[in-house]
Amino acid sequence: MRRAFFAILRRDLALATRAGGGGELALVFFLTLVVLVPFALGPDLNLLSRIGPAILWLGALLATLIGLDRLFQGDEEDGSLDLIRASVLPLELAVLAKGLAHWLTTGLPLALCAPLLGLLVALPAEAMLPVAATLLAGTPALSFIGATGAALTASLKRGGLIVPVLVAPLTVPVLIFGVSASNSALGGTIPFLTPFLILCALSLAAIVIGTIAAAAALRQAD
Amino acid sequence: MASLTELANPTRFMRYSAVLLPWFAGAALVLLALGFYLAWFVAPADYQQGETIRIMFVHVPAAWLALMFYTMMAVSALGTLVWRHPLADVAQKAAAPIGAAFSLICLITGAFWGKPMWGTYWVWDARLTSVLVLFLIYLGIIALWRTLDEPSRAGRAVAILTLVGFVNVPIIKFSVDWWNTLHQPASVFRMGGPTIDASMLQPLLILAVGFTLLALALHLVAMRAEIMRRRVRTLTIFEAERLDRLAAQGAAA
Amino acid sequence: MSSLGPHAGFILAAYGAVAVILGGLIAAILLDHRAQKRALDALEQRGIGRRSGSTS
Repeated sequence: MRRAFFAILRRDLALATRAGGGGELALVFFLTLVVLVPFALGPDLNLLSRIGPAILWLGALLATLIGLDRLFQGDEEDGSLDLIRASVLPLELAVLAKGLAHWLTTGLPLALCAPLLGLLVALPAEAMLPVAATLLAGTPALSFIGATGAALTASLKRGGLIVPVLVAPLTVPVLIFGVSASNSALGGTIPFLTPFLILCALSLAAIVIGTIAAAAALRQAD
Repeated sequence: MASLTELANPTRFMRYSAVLLPWFAGAALVLLALGFYLAWFVAPADYQQGETIRIMFVHVPAAWLALMFYTMMAVSALGTLVWRHPLADVAQKAAAPIGAAFSLICLITGAFWGKPMWGTYWVWDARLTSVLVLFLIYLGIIALWRTLDEPSRAGRAVAILTLVGFVNVPIIKFSVDWWNTLHQPASVFRMGGPTIDASMLQPLLILAVGFTLLALALHLVAMRAEIMRRRVRTLTIFEAERLDRLAAQGAAA
Repeated sequence: MSSLGPHAGFILAAYGAVAVILGGLIAAILLDHRAQKRALDALEQRGIGRRSGSTS
């Protein structure tokens, strides 16, 4: 069972890191979004540094959601999803492996790149680490909430915008606590840990709920 | 024939709903007429909010119905997934547009109430924001219904989405409260206000019941339409298959 | 309803919005109901629906 789990994980990692996989594309999309914001707002560094964490979080949220519709679609099309359904591995664990692979190839790189992109929006040095930490803790929630949406639309030929439309309202709490934890590191009355721990709790809850719901959705689909 | 047993229960529903429907609609009309009469001609203007208090009489029932219909959808979702009740996903599909319409009414009347009272159409107040997110969830559910065409499969997918949303709604409410206390603007906002006088409470309750009955009547009609849509779909497929068989026999002969 | 005070426009706009949304909802549901009923009746007229008397 453990072998099957790691086989799925390895396969998805290999697929994502190969040329044309979703991983680096999400990163480029993230960079593009962060670059676009100053063009819309003007190059006022004071303003940008004040809303920097929010820009980075929005960018990460969109970059995660946009590519999610492919999470199960490819497997549905080439039939590997049927093999996964028929295997000894419980569907929940298979979804967990796929969600984990998605996070390792999107959320994790996004969080690691966030300090670099933070330079573009004049993020103060003391905020770099907290922003990266909140992204690290918060993006699993995005991956797994998104996995539910992806599983619901796995059978569609063109998922397109439907997954972000379904998932975005459910990510409101993650966004709120991610940004407010980042901002509290910049000063303010609440300590960093309070929203950060709630963010971690949200992530853990999302991993459980998202995995169960996505597996249920995949089971219903056949 | 599997489809016949499947039709049995909806058929009974069609018969009962045809009997109930005129009563629901009639009671709704009577109560709404009475409630609006009291709200417009009898209830006094509020001493602080003036005549704008008249907006409350539709705003509050709409908010209540937006929440009630989502709860009904969550119960129906359980009915679809756990008990596999054949009418549950019909009820759920019919409820989504009605709930969305009432949350939109709640938002818009709130905006027109807010402008004269707080000087702005929209404040990012916790309650308003939560209703807005609820409206977005409704739209997502409707969008998912429209993209999946096979009814029973779409029903189960939407049921899962509805339940995930239902689990999320308290979390969203909690985080929006937190976010709101962080960003509280200068306190223009005081919702509690004076306790409601009986002359206002009475039309409000009558209107709330009236709107609820109206919404339930609409729900019944929408469910009947959905059941007929599915029957049309099944019959069309049967007919196409029959013609197919006939054509095959004709070709063989 | 002698006078609606200084904010009459907002009150009327709110009630107008309610009328438009509710009216639209009611119209959409009733039209859909009628369309489905017609489609079903048309099928039954052609002798396809083998269950009669169950539609209303």
